[in-house]
Amino acid sequence: MTETKLRIGFIPLVDAAALLVAVDGGFTKAQGLDVELVREVSWSNVRDKLNLGLFDAAHLLAPVAVASSLGIGHVRVPIITPFNLGINGNSITVSPRLYADLSAAADGDIADPLVSARALARLISERKNRNAEPLTFGMTFPFSHHNYQLRYWMAAAGIDPDEDIRLVVLPPPYMVDSLASGHVDGFCVGAPWNSVAVDLGVGRILHFGCEIQSRVTEKVFAVRERWATEHPDTLNALIRALAAAADYIEDKQNLDAVSTIVGKRLGVESEVIMRTLTGVLKVATDGTTRSSDRYILIGRNNAMRPDPVQAAWIYAQIVRWGQAPLSEELLNLAQAVFRADLFDAVIGAAPSPNGSEPNDGIGAFVGPNFVPDDIAGHLASWRPRRSERPRLSIVR
Amino acid sequence: MKRRHSEKSELGETRKGSEPPGQGNVPRPRDSNLKIAIVDESPIRAAILEDGLREAGFTLVERIAETRNLLARVYAMDPDVILIDLESPSRDELEQMFQVSRAVKRPIAMFVDQSDTASIQASVDAGVSAYIVGNLQKDRIKTILDLCISRFNAFARLQGELDQAKDALQERKIIDRAKGVLMKAKKLSEEDAYALLRKTAMNEHKKIAEIAQSVVTAAELFK
Repeated sequence: MTETKLRIGFIPLVDAAALLVAVDGGFTKAQGLDVELVREVSWSNVRDKLNLGLFDAAHLLAPVAVASSLGIGHVRVPIITPFNLGINGNSITVSPRLYADLSAAADGDIADPLVSARALARLISERKNRNAEPLTFGMTFPFSHHNYQLRYWMAAAGIDPDEDIRLVVLPPPYMVDSLASGHVDGFCVGAPWNSVAVDLGVGRILHFGCEIQSRVTEKVFAVRERWATEHPDTLNALIRALAAAADYIEDKQNLDAVSTIVGKRLGVESEVIMRTLTGVLKVATDGTTRSSDRYILIGRNNAMRPDPVQAAWIYAQIVRWGQAPLSEELLNLAQAVFRADLFDAVIGAAPSPNGSEPNDGIGAFVGPNFVPDDIAGHLASWRPRRSERPRLSIVR
Repeated sequence: MKRRHSEKSELGETRKGSEPPGQGNVPRPRDSNLKIAIVDESPIRAAILEDGLREAGFTLVERIAETRNLLARVYAMDPDVILIDLESPSRDELEQMFQVSRAVKRPIAMFVDQSDTASIQASVDAGVSAYIVGNLQKDRIKTILDLCISRFNAFARLQGELDQAKDALQERKIIDRAKGVLMKAKKLSEEDAYALLRKTAMNEHKKIAEIAQSVVTAAELFK
């Protein structure tokens, strides 16, 4: 049998691990697939090359898959995902100076996101009173959980992220530099960049992404809907290879091997990869660590299976921050991106729900339970925005 | 035709009429007053592109060399067209402009649309992407994009030729060393040493450089 040749794009981040291990660990080869992995520098490139057919598949921000299928921000190309590459995995990191200011302004334990958000609100109003420049935060893309998690966290304390601070898009490899140079005061990004900032002494991890929302689909394995229809056997083989790789990653015995493969592809020390995978992170330069058993989920807790609740959540964030209007039609389109049926056909139906997973599938640190059928009600529960504002602010 | 830049275009056309003739051999296109920003990490390629655009009559071309705080630089320059190299991670920063309406005078849109996949394919293949600001008609920047694609491709070709030349130089060095080994070990003239390498290569259906490499490796083993 001749091997099927495939080109798959990825961005050097730890949550590409299932894809990287599937290829470099031989799981795709075992399925008769000859995969060329192409490292990309921007999400725009990944999206365009996937949309144009220069890539057969890609490691993609879950919200970009939804945005592309809805045709917002760019041309409409229906994208689907039969497999989640990673749940969670982000952190909010701030400069040592902002951390000190937040600590001083905090009314309680700053590890509590509501306490830190309120402290941030106090700093913001104090800065306004003395006409200081607003604080600036970096995130990776307009359609990303980095953007949405920062906003969710701040808005919990009544901060209007479009008005009270500046939010800027920065390529992940530029995050650390920007924090060091004072161009941004904090950022939300995936691994390994938070750890890199801590190691260099320019940042302090304030919150894990999973402390803001207990379960969000961060990256997906994305293909064009049309490609999926035309290549069902290849797609199934890919799902099998990815699932085998994800299981391999979650077996603690393989931690060294996995960290080496991922580290090599990312050009980062394998020890840094290990910290992320085990969820034991150094949060401050003095060596203080914090850990979470759900920092990043790849093969466990049913992480691989696409969940339409997650698609609805992403769509709700898109609507909440003014990137698209609310409609039944768009919601249906968004949910159709996450194809649990394709996953189930290969891997089998989902196991019974894990007790540690949030009831509503999301587990946000504040706010009502998420009900996918009532996004309007969900959004109404947040303070009405002060006025129709532009969606993002920028640094001049 | 709805044109956002009508005032600007008319101004340009008036100016064009009063210009002394014979400025360059190429007639100035009616969009010569478009302001074009180039974001490219390769200064050489950017220079090639800039030259090409000037030759074609676009005089308002500027390279943004420093990508730190890119958006602010773009706003300060206020271009009509932005050309960006696909190897630049800063492309994601430009995407943010789709979202912003306060700080820019007009929204920005990628010029390629669904009806134009051939263009987008050609530009992505060449490694460049274009954004236009405002409602500029697509056909008006077709010249610019086509030029951009051909210059990017020409640059890639040059780069390829340069790499080839480097390889050829490397091969010649190896062959010279192999000749030296053979001349010493078998007491051959330079000509005969080369003839032996060539004959062996032909018999084994390999390149002379490969045979030469084996000779050099073997000689090192026997040292």
